[in-house]
Amino acid sequence: MPDRFLFPIPQDLDWFALGPIIVVVATGLVALIVEMLRHKRNNAYVVGVSVVGLLVAGAMAASQAGEPAKEILAGTFLRDRFGCVVQVLMVAACLLSVLFSEGYLRQKRIAYGEAYPLMLWATAGGMVMATSRNLVTLFVGLELLSVSLYVLAGLSRTEAKSEESALKYFLLGAFASAFLLYGIALFYGATGSLHLGRVAEVWTSGFETGRSLLAVGMALILIGLSFKSAFVPFHQWTPDVYQGAPTNIAAFMAAGSKVAAVAMLYRVLDAAQPMVALWLPPLFWVAILTMVVGNLAALVQKDAKRLLAYSSISHAGYLLVALLARFKAPDVVSDAALLYYLASYSFMTIGAFAVISVAARAGRESTGLSALNGLWQRSPFAAVALLLFVWSLIGVPGASGFVGKLLIFRDALAADLVPLAIVLAVASVVSVAYYLALVRAAWVADESEADAAVAPLNAGSGLALGICAAGVLGLFVFVGPLLGWMAGPRSAEAERAPIVRQG
Amino acid sequence: MLIALIVFVAVGILFMGATFLLSRLLRPHRPNPVKLQSYECGPEPFSDAWRQMNLHYYVFAILFVLFDVEAAFLFPVALALGKLGWFAFFEVLLFVGLLLVGWYYAKRVGGMEWER
Repeated sequence: MPDRFLFPIPQDLDWFALGPIIVVVATGLVALIVEMLRHKRNNAYVVGVSVVGLLVAGAMAASQAGEPAKEILAGTFLRDRFGCVVQVLMVAACLLSVLFSEGYLRQKRIAYGEAYPLMLWATAGGMVMATSRNLVTLFVGLELLSVSLYVLAGLSRTEAKSEESALKYFLLGAFASAFLLYGIALFYGATGSLHLGRVAEVWTSGFETGRSLLAVGMALILIGLSFKSAFVPFHQWTPDVYQGAPTNIAAFMAAGSKVAAVAMLYRVLDAAQPMVALWLPPLFWVAILTMVVGNLAALVQKDAKRLLAYSSISHAGYLLVALLARFKAPDVVSDAALLYYLASYSFMTIGAFAVISVAARAGRESTGLSALNGLWQRSPFAAVALLLFVWSLIGVPGASGFVGKLLIFRDALAADLVPLAIVLAVASVVSVAYYLALVRAAWVADESEADAAVAPLNAGSGLALGICAAGVLGLFVFVGPLLGWMAGPRSAEAERAPIVRQG
Repeated sequence: MLIALIVFVAVGILFMGATFLLSRLLRPHRPNPVKLQSYECGPEPFSDAWRQMNLHYYVFAILFVLFDVEAAFLFPVALALGKLGWFAFFEVLLFVGLLLVGWYYAKRVGGMEWER
């Protein structure tokens, strides 16, 4: 009997490198089984299992960040520093959302235990999107993330807004997936492979039909991903979906889903580096439009969740600037600014949504800005935390948002994208107006309706808020070492130099 | 290249239009309400096609697809297991195990019962 007959394991199968994804998926399964066996309506064990699993997965991913890049299973997966850092971010986003979920869902009387396995699987999908260069694997990861989120958006079954949110998200998400799939099909037609690494070879081959097919395929893939990352003009679903979805799910969408979509975009643009002259001009204008429209539309919002949705659109614009700078001048600009901004954005956004979740109530939920009135009396801790998150979202020195914007600004200048840098700076100034509306609602205004919700801050929300606040401050204080960790030892020296001057 | 494309599109539109025009000129015109009825394997239609369906059909349909795919996947694996070896065997076991969890979940939330 030949050896392979007994146990032919694929040669390049590295269980530990795939570990974080496997652990998250398995934790989802265990959480589902625990949910089935639990006592009536007590989700404590489900939350416990989820938290432990996420911590293990996060530690596994973080421990591999320093190891050399490596392709697994014939290029289906890629373990590298960028992928590991994004995996840690995805796990952190899920963990923080899970922490403040239980209290919120209970308050809304929709404490279905299924929410936690679905959140875990969505996280696993996002982790796959960050660690693959195979288009079909990337697509499966994207669908795992999206399908879980469609269900989660409609979690509040009796609320018409939640159903509307789920349906809109599903229809537009399916639309975007169709674009993406068509692009992948054309990509396969042009390169004869699903591996992104083949782009350079086909593009430089001089075979005209293959080149044009590849360009159209890439354009369709980029359109599909622009939907997922909510770039203008593909952003219309975002405010409605965020407003209707339960607040904890909206937090996870705004942070986790955005991180995953940007990570996948990074993989695609990284591979499409030789075609940069082709996709840079359109994406340049998309970035400007995203920053301008996101910030201007946010100015007139009366609902806290819609306001944060438009804020997430404008931050998507800043992230796109970081991506463009990264791939326009790959020798000068490292991944550090992009990853740092993703981390900083996740903490600020989840924190802001966690503050809004104190407005939770059963049935129809009002998240108008006036729902936050008197927050400084009801929950001083949440009000102070909100102040910190807004501080950071605006980009005032003293919190991580400032460093993130500064890094992107510097990279945009280094990559000779001066117009983008200018728009970024102006947009940040405009954003002060609407972010201060949040602060005003929580600290100054008193126009509260008779039924303004008063939910005491529970332990989970308090913990999540504390971690987010610590994250925003920690990212600012330990910016040097963190940038070194995110960008790798080679570029750590180059990154540290300008940071000292900021301090 | 571009001229070829324009000619192609133009010929396509012309051909379509000409065919429709020709059939309109040639065919007899005898309207009859029976001709507009929907036809489904012989039975006579008894209501509008847009009537409401029981939502439970969809749960059943999803569960059916789930186990249909499982069966469709198990047959080829069973045939090729001699060549694939133990690793494939354990992978299939994992696959079936995942579906079993899903089956138990569906059973527990009442997905297998018709009326609730």
